[in-house]
Amino acid sequence: MTATRAMDAMIEFQQVGKSFNGQAVVEDFSLAIAPGEFTVLIGRSGSGKSTTLKMINRLVEHDRGKILFAGQEIRSFKPEDLRRRMGYAIQSTGLFPHWTVERNIACVPELLKWPAARIRDRVTELLDLLQLPPDTYRGRYPHQLSGGQQQRVGVARALAADPDVLLMDEPFGALDPITREALQLEMSRIHRLSGKTIVLVTHDIDEALRLGSRVVLLDHGRIVQAGTPRQLLAEPANDLVRDFIGRADIGLRLLALDTVASRMRAEPVESSTAPPLRDTDTLREALSALIALGATRLPVVDAAGTPRGQLHLADLVQTAA
Amino acid sequence: MKGHRWADPLPWALLALVGLTWGMPTLKPLFAAGFPALDRPMYEQDSFVALMAAHIGLVAVSSAVSVLLGWAAGVFATRSAGLAFRPLIETVVAMGQTVPPVAVLAVAAPLIGFGETPALIALAIYGLLPVVQQTVAGLSSVPAGVLEAATGLGMTPFQRLRRVEWPLAWPVILSGVRTSVIINIGTAAIASTVGAKTLGSPIIIGLSGFNTAYVLQGAVLVGLLAVVVDLGFERLMPKR
Repeated sequence: MTATRAMDAMIEFQQVGKSFNGQAVVEDFSLAIAPGEFTVLIGRSGSGKSTTLKMINRLVEHDRGKILFAGQEIRSFKPEDLRRRMGYAIQSTGLFPHWTVERNIACVPELLKWPAARIRDRVTELLDLLQLPPDTYRGRYPHQLSGGQQQRVGVARALAADPDVLLMDEPFGALDPITREALQLEMSRIHRLSGKTIVLVTHDIDEALRLGSRVVLLDHGRIVQAGTPRQLLAEPANDLVRDFIGRADIGLRLLALDTVASRMRAEPVESSTAPPLRDTDTLREALSALIALGATRLPVVDAAGTPRGQLHLADLVQTAA
Repeated sequence: MKGHRWADPLPWALLALVGLTWGMPTLKPLFAAGFPALDRPMYEQDSFVALMAAHIGLVAVSSAVSVLLGWAAGVFATRSAGLAFRPLIETVVAMGQTVPPVAVLAVAAPLIGFGETPALIALAIYGLLPVVQQTVAGLSSVPAGVLEAATGLGMTPFQRLRRVEWPLAWPVILSGVRTSVIINIGTAAIASTVGAKTLGSPIIIGLSGFNTAYVLQGAVLVGLLAVVVDLGFERLMPKR
């Protein structure tokens, strides 16, 4: 193993395997995760996705193969040191109920013995980032928060010590669809802003396609297909992948990957009373609007409300570039 | 706490306890009137202050031993290394509770001799069960997600125990200590049968000599002590 090769990947699995009671849960798993990549592990219950995630921070110790973190074998770190360099977020039950929001978020910085003033500033910064007004939420206890707010705190706590990697185990699984979508948008934004390497486990294909820069589909502890959301949708490796992404919805899911701006014609808009589309809407949302309004084209505006052009129904049918 | 401050029972119970411990001899005319058949209506072999101090001392030492041993056993039984021992620990401790303290005293006295030591041993063993039981119950009740988060964020096993598990289990653990101490306050009275001076002395002597006044004097003080300590524990319980 050369140093240069090792530095390419933030996390690298080399033929990793894990068995529980003689039963292989993960087998021959190889995957290199580049810095800044948003990797989503997806699969049915029992596919080994959660086990795979937990092997990264040694909550589960792997039996076979090697796992490298920043080029170094993870067993060469003390488990606690390794974990403090990796944010970890799970379903909302993971908040410490006897601590305020502030102390929950401060957990890892405290373990790392940051000075109090720096911790306080960091908590403020993170509450702002997660859109929880610091003065209101700092002193609250988890039970005083809604499910979505608890999950925001969970994410803030995982990010607190500015870790190299963020590991998320079905973080939005217990949330209602609206809150879940809001938090998914939030995660996309945080990923864009921070450029963190994120590994997220989910069983929700829409979440995977929405968030992942790479989606890894697992079944019986093996990788079935790994690729960008577009690759999975356009070239599903086998029937299992097709089933998982929902045969009937493949076209719609492809549309959901692109925004109105990508297919819009920058032409003057004929006077129209129809409610305009936003250039940042997905094509799937645009199609839905076209159908609901019975229109063949709709005006498009940008965030400021300035007209940008029109989206034609016919342009949605063209094959993905 | 709700209600008027005068409605708080703890200061009143404490006042009664202190007042009766020091003032019992002044009630001699009262007991003489109540029990005219008795030659000696007031227990005077020892002062009630000395008996109270001895009783509290015996309970304090035996409870401290129960609590420290019980906490250690409870923590051990809930660690991954000790999980296998959990049924064994619970069985042994439950047996300790099944054997009546009088029997422990009866066995201990010929082996160790009379006095404080057998009493201490019997009380410490007897008070162990509620402490172990509630320590295990409290630590086991910490949600799995919280434990996983604590470990996943990088706490060492000790940090996890001290910062997360113990505080979350504390109300349940404290209720075990409370039960143990209250039981020991009552049971310590029996220790007078092996020669330890406690508030049980007037009771035992009163019972064997048909002196109801003695029994009453000892019993009232033991009862009051239990009430005061119990109210004190209630004060310590975290309010939720």
